Amino acid sequence: MKNFDAINHIKGKSIYIDDFVLPQNALFASVFFSPIAHGKIISFNLEKAKSIDGVVAILSSKDIPGENQIGGIIQDEVLLAENEVHFIGESIFVVVAKSLEIARKSKKLIEIEFEELPAIINEREAFAKNSLLAPPVIFANGNIEEGFSESDFIIEGSFSSGGQEHLYLETQGAFSIPQEGERIKIISSTQNPSAVQKQASKVLGISMNKIEVEVLRLGGGFGGKEDQATPWAVISALAARITNSPVKLVLSRQEDLLVTGKRHPYSSDFKIGLNKDGKILAYEVTYFQNGGAVADLSTAVLERTLFHATNSYFIPNVKATGISCKTNLPPNTAFRGFGGPQGMFVIEFAIEQAANKIGIPKHEIQKKNLLKDGDELHYGQIVENSNSESCWQKAEIQFNIENQIREIKRFNSENQLYKKGFSFMPICFGISFTSTFLNQANSLIHIYHDGSVSISTAAVEMGQGVNAKIAIAAAKTFSINIERIRIETTNTSRNANTSPTAASSGADMNANATILAAKEILARLIESARTELNANPTDLIEIIDEIVFVNHEKTNLTWEKLIWRTYFNRINLSAHGFYATPNIHFDRKTNKGKPFAYHVYGTAFTIAKIDVLRGISKIESVQIVHDFGKSLNPEIDLGQVEGALVQGIGWVTMEELQYSENGKLLANSLSTYKIPDIYSSPDKTEVVFLDNSENRFGPLSSKAIGEPPFMYGIGAFFAIKNAIENAKQEKSKINSSPITNEKILLELYNERK
Amino acid sequence: MNKAIKFILNETLFSININPATTLLDFIRNVAGLKGTKEGCREGDCGACAVLIGKIENGSLNYKSINSCLFPIANAGNSHIVTIEGLNQVELNPIQKEFNEESATQCGFCTPGFINSLTSYIIENQHLTKKNAENSVAGNICRCTGYSSIKRAIENIVEHFNSLNSPQNDRIPWLVENGILPKYFLEIESRLQQISENKNEIEIKNTIKIAGGTDLFVQKHENLLENNVTFLSKLKLNFFDENEKLVEIGSGTTIEEFRNSDFISEFYPKLKEKLELFASPLIRNSATIGGNLVNASPIGDISIILLAMNAKIKIKQNEDFRIINLNEFFKSYKKVDLAENEIIYSIQIPKQEKPFLFNFEKVSKRIHLDIASVNTAIQITYENYSIKTCKISAGGIAPIPKFLSKTSDFLCGKNITIENIKLATEIAQTEISPISDIRGTENYKRLLLPQLIKSHFIELFPKIIDVRNLI
Ligand SMILES: Cc1cc2nc3c(=O)[nH]c(=O)nc-3n(C[C@H](O)[C@H](O)[C@H](O)COP(=O)(O)OP(=O)(O)OC[C@H]3O[C@@H](n4cnc5c(N)ncnc54)[C@H](O)[C@@H]3O)c2cc1C
Ligand code: FES
Ligand code: FES
Repeated sequence: MKNFDAINHIKGKSIYIDDFVLPQNALFASVFFSPIAHGKIISFNLEKAKSIDGVVAILSSKDIPGENQIGGIIQDEVLLAENEVHFIGESIFVVVAKSLEIARKSKKLIEIEFEELPAIINEREAFAKNSLLAPPVIFANGNIEEGFSESDFIIEGSFSSGGQEHLYLETQGAFSIPQEGERIKIISSTQNPSAVQKQASKVLGISMNKIEVEVLRLGGGFGGKEDQATPWAVISALAARITNSPVKLVLSRQEDLLVTGKRHPYSSDFKIGLNKDGKILAYEVTYFQNGGAVADLSTAVLERTLFHATNSYFIPNVKATGISCKTNLPPNTAFRGFGGPQGMFVIEFAIEQAANKIGIPKHEIQKKNLLKDGDELHYGQIVENSNSESCWQKAEIQFNIENQIREIKRFNSENQLYKKGFSFMPICFGISFTSTFLNQANSLIHIYHDGSVSISTAAVEMGQGVNAKIAIAAAKTFSINIERIRIETTNTSRNANTSPTAASSGADMNANATILAAKEILARLIESARTELNANPTDLIEIIDEIVFVNHEKTNLTWEKLIWRTYFNRINLSAHGFYATPNIHFDRKTNKGKPFAYHVYGTAFTIAKIDVLRGISKIESVQIVHDFGKSLNPEIDLGQVEGALVQGIGWVTMEELQYSENGKLLANSLSTYKIPDIYSSPDKTEVVFLDNSENRFGPLSSKAIGEPPFMYGIGAFFAIKNAIENAKQEKSKINSSPITNEKILLELYNERK
Repeated sequence: MNKAIKFILNETLFSININPATTLLDFIRNVAGLKGTKEGCREGDCGACAVLIGKIENGSLNYKSINSCLFPIANAGNSHIVTIEGLNQVELNPIQKEFNEESATQCGFCTPGFINSLTSYIIENQHLTKKNAENSVAGNICRCTGYSSIKRAIENIVEHFNSLNSPQNDRIPWLVENGILPKYFLEIESRLQQISENKNEIEIKNTIKIAGGTDLFVQKHENLLENNVTFLSKLKLNFFDENEKLVEIGSGTTIEEFRNSDFISEFYPKLKEKLELFASPLIRNSATIGGNLVNASPIGDISIILLAMNAKIKIKQNEDFRIINLNEFFKSYKKVDLAENEIIYSIQIPKQEKPFLFNFEKVSKRIHLDIASVNTAIQITYENYSIKTCKISAGGIAPIPKFLSKTSDFLCGKNITIENIKLATEIAQTEISPISDIRGTENYKRLLLPQLIKSHFIELFPKIIDVRNLI
C-alpha cells in the first residue's frame, strides 16, 4: 500500500494551489512587504501604483471590515501593518490586479516613508533588553541544588542551534472565491484549515459558517503551513471580498524565504552534574528562543523544548527555563519536532562536554542514563513501555557497533587525508499536542449504496501518507478492499473545529476517529445482515474480506449486497466519529501532568567522514532502530524516517540562514540557502523496526511517525565533530550548529596557523 | 517577417508569436496549460521545472533535460519539448513504475522533475551506472523523501535497463518498444525536419544578449521581457575547431558539451568528472562558456579553469575580430573588456605539450549544485619533479576571477617539494583580497585557498608528496 496519490504524483497529475484552472474573472494578489525590520510608517502614496492599467485595488489595513488580528495563541499579530512595522517582510499593502505581472509592477511604484527604529536580531540581546513574547516558563523536578552538591563532576557551557527554513517545495498560497451572499470559499495550502476559517471570519467580520476552507493537498508542510499559511489565505479572502472576484495569491520562492518564519534559532546555557559512575544527577538549562516579532506558535514550541530537555535520559533533578525572546525577525514557527530538537540538542551537547571532562566515551554516559519504566519525567509523567534501552541494545547488536567503532579507529590510524567519527543519538518524543484541548479529531464516513466508501477527516495530506493510513484503518475495520475507499479533501464544511495536522498526531487521531465512525456503521451492518440472513440474536456475525460470516460460516451475502439491502431498509450508512485522546492532562500552573499519550523511541548510529585537507564532511552511514509500534504501513513509515533524517542532517550541517545586522535574511534564495541534495543523503541508511512494540493508544497499535526521526539528524553533528577531534587529536570547541564546511576547516586549522 | 517560434510540445506543433524572452516554464504552465511541470524557485536550483528538449544535431535527434524556468522560449525553436504529460502512457512507464514501487514520492511536487531528468539520462545512454544516474538528478531537490527511496528506485531502473540490450544508435524506436517513450516519439524526428527554420539575420546591437540565460533569467527576467534582446543561440556558436597549436571552442558551447567533448577527453580527461561540480546537469545543458566568462562572476568555474589553461578569447564586432588573453579580459568586479556591440565569439586554448597536468578544486557549502566559496585550477608542465611552467588561478578571493601571477611565477622552475608548496601558498596570500560574504568569511577563504593549492599537489603528485607533511 503506497501513498494514496503516488500514481498521480508520478504522472504529474496531482493538483496544487498554483495548478487550479482559474475562472475568467480571477485576479492576482501580490503583497507589499516591509523592507525594514522596525520602524514607523510616516507616509505613503499609492497613486502611481494604482495608475497602472489592470490594477483593480490596493488594500491596506483600513480596508479590513472586521478585526485586523490573526494571532493564534496570543493576539499580537496584525494581518496588515497599521502604523508600525516589526520585521522585514511584514505585510503592509496588497495589490490586486488582472495579472501577477501587473500586480508586481504596480508594487514597485508604491511610495512609502519610514522612521526607522532600532531593531533587535539576536535572542540574547532581546533578553537583555527585556523584550519577551511571554513570561519565562520553568519546568523542574527534584532538587537541583542537592543534585549538584552530590555530583562529582559539574560542567557548564553554552550552545546554540540555528534556524531552518522549511523549504516545502510548494510555496505558500491560497485562492479565494466569493460565493452567494457573504459566503466565501478559500482553497488553501494549509495544515490548519480551521485556523484559516477562524482568522478569516475575524478579519472579514462574518461568522465561521460563512467560510468554507478546502484543502486538497500540500506540496510539503513540515510545520511551515501550520500557522503561517493563514495570512495568505486570509489576504486572498479579503481581496476576494473587496473586489468581489476570485483572487489567487501564491508567494514566489524569494518572497516565501524572506517573509515566512523558520525553525527557531536557540541559544542556551547549561550546567550538568554527574557522579563518578557517569550517572547524571542534575541538569540545569536555560533556553533563549528567538521568537521573532510576534508570538505565532513560539510559546507552544518553547514548551515542547522544555518537555524534551532531557531527551531519552532519566535525570532526577532538573530545572529547565524557557525564555521566548521577541526580536525583529519574521515570526518563527512550527517545524518538524516543534522545539523538541532544540531541547534535545543541548542535553546531547552537555553530555558530550561532560564525557570530555570526565574522560570517558560519550556513549557510555548516554547508555547509562536511558529511561526505564517507572522513571518520572521532569514534567511528572511516569514512563511506561519505555523502549529507550531496547532500541539502543538492539542497535548495538544488530549493527555490530563495537566492530564498527574498531573499524573507524583502524581507518583513522591508516589515513591522513580523511578521518571518520561516530555518534549515538537516542530519541524520546512525546506524542500528543501539549495543549490538551487540541487532542481531538473527527471523521465523517459515508457508504454509498453501491458499496463505495467516502471518508472525510481533519487530516491534511502533505506527502506524509495520512490518507493511506486512514484508509487502511477503515479498510481493516470494515474488512473490505481498500480500493473501495476514497479519502476526501479536507474541508471545514464537512469536518468542523479541527486541530491542525501537526504534532505527528494527524494519523493517530484521525484514524482513531475514523475507526470509531466505522465501528458505528459496522454495528448497524451486522444487525442488518442478521435480519437479512434471519440469524438468531446470539449468532456471531462478522464481515471478513467483504463476505458476511455467520458463526464462522461463509454466507453468500457480499459487501455490495449487504450495503444495498441496508440502504433499502432505510438504515443509516453514514456516521460521524469523534476521538479525544483519553487520560491526558497538563497543569500549566505547576507544569506537571501527563501531557503525552505515549512516547516514541529510537537510536541512531551515525558515521561521518571529513576531508581533512578541504574541510568538507560527508555522512557515510546512519543506522537506526526505531520504535514504530505496529506500523500501519511500513513503507510510508520508512519514508518518513528517511525523509526526516535527511532534513535533520541538513539542519545541523549546511542549512544556514544568516541575518544581516539590520534583520535581513542573507540566505534569501536557493542559491545561497542550501538544503540536502541527493549527494547529501547518507551513502547508507538502514532502518530497523523494533519488534514486539505495542501501543494501545495508537490506531491498531501503531505509533506516530512524522517528527521523531528528525532528531536522528542531530547525530550527524556529533559524528562530524568527533571526526574533527580525531583529526586534531584534541577536543573541539565548536558549540554551535550547523557544523558547516567553513566551521570544520576553521576548527581544523585556525589555531594552528 | 514571420517571427513565430515553432516547436513541438509533446505531441502538438506550436507556431506562436510570443515575447521571445518568455520562459519555457511560463509558456508550458500558463499558455499550454500543462500543470505537471512545477515552479519551485525560478532560479534553477530545485529542478521541479525540469523538461526535456530534443534537437536535431549532426543529423540525429538528441534529448537533454533543462530547467524550464530559466529557458527562453526563443531557444526552444525547432525543437521538441517534452513535459511529464508527454511521457505519460496509460500504464506507468518503467521509470515511473520504480518510483511507485519504492515509494519515491511523498508530497509529489518534485516528482515530475525527477522523472524528466532520469528519462533524459536513459534516452541518451546506452550503458547506465548508478553513479551517473544519480548525477542526472543532481539538480532535483526533494524535501520529503531524503532521497533514500529515490536512490533505490534509481538502482532498480539501472538494473532493469542494463539487463536489456539497448542499442547504441537509433535509440528512439528501442525506447518506444521498451515502453519508456510513448509511440508518438517515432514521428518526432521527421516532424522536426519539416519545421522550417526562421533564418532571421541577427544583428548584434546594443541589446541584451542572451546565451543560455542561466544568469540573466535569475537576475533580471522582467528586464528581458521589456527590452530588446538578442538570442546568441541563433549564431550557432557551439563548435569545436583545432589546428596543431590550439583548440578553438565556440562561446555558445554549453558546459555539458564542453565536458563531454573529445577535447576534454584527450587533453583533460580528469576534468570531466570534476565538472560535475559545476551546477547540475539541468544547468550545464543550457549554460554556456561565453556566458560564464562575460558574467565575470569572481567564482565562475569556467573562468577559473580557462585562466589556468592559458586561454585566449576571440571577440567579434560586426565582421572584425580581436583576440586577447582571458587574463586581461576581467577588469574589475563584473566589468569586462567588451564593448556593447561586441560578443565573445570563441575561446582559444593552446594545446599543451605532454606531459602536463591539470587540476581543478572547488569547495562550497554544499558539494554539488552550489557556487564555490573558493575554487582554483592549476596547469603544470614538469620534468623530473621540477616544474617547467605553471598557471594557477583562483576564484572567490578577489573581485574578479583571478590569475595568480605571482604564485605561478614563483612555482616556475621550482622543485616539487613541501617547502615550495608552502611558500607558494604564502605568496598566494599576498595577491588575494577576499571579502566576507554569504559564501564564507574572509578568514575562511584565506584559509581555504592554501588548502586547495595543497590539494592540487596532492592530487597531481600523490607519489611524491607525503601528505603528513602538508596537512
Ligand atoms: C542554479 C545555478 C547554478 C549555477 N552554478 C554555477 C557553478 O557551479 N559554477 C559557475 O561558474 N556558474 C554557475 N552558475 C552561473 C551560470 O550558470 C554560468 O555563469 C553560465 O555559464 C552562464 O552562461 P549562460 O549561457 O547561461 O549565460 P547568460 O545568462 O545567457 O548570459 C550571462 C551574461 O553573459 C553575456 N553573454 C553570454 N554569452 C555571451 C557572448 N558570447 N558574448 C557576449 N556576451 C555574452 C550575457 O549578455 C549576460 O550578460 C549557476 C547558475 C545557476 C542558475
Ligand atoms: S523552478 Fe526551481 S529549478 Fe526551475
Ligand atoms: S516528494 Fe515532496 S519534495 Fe519530493
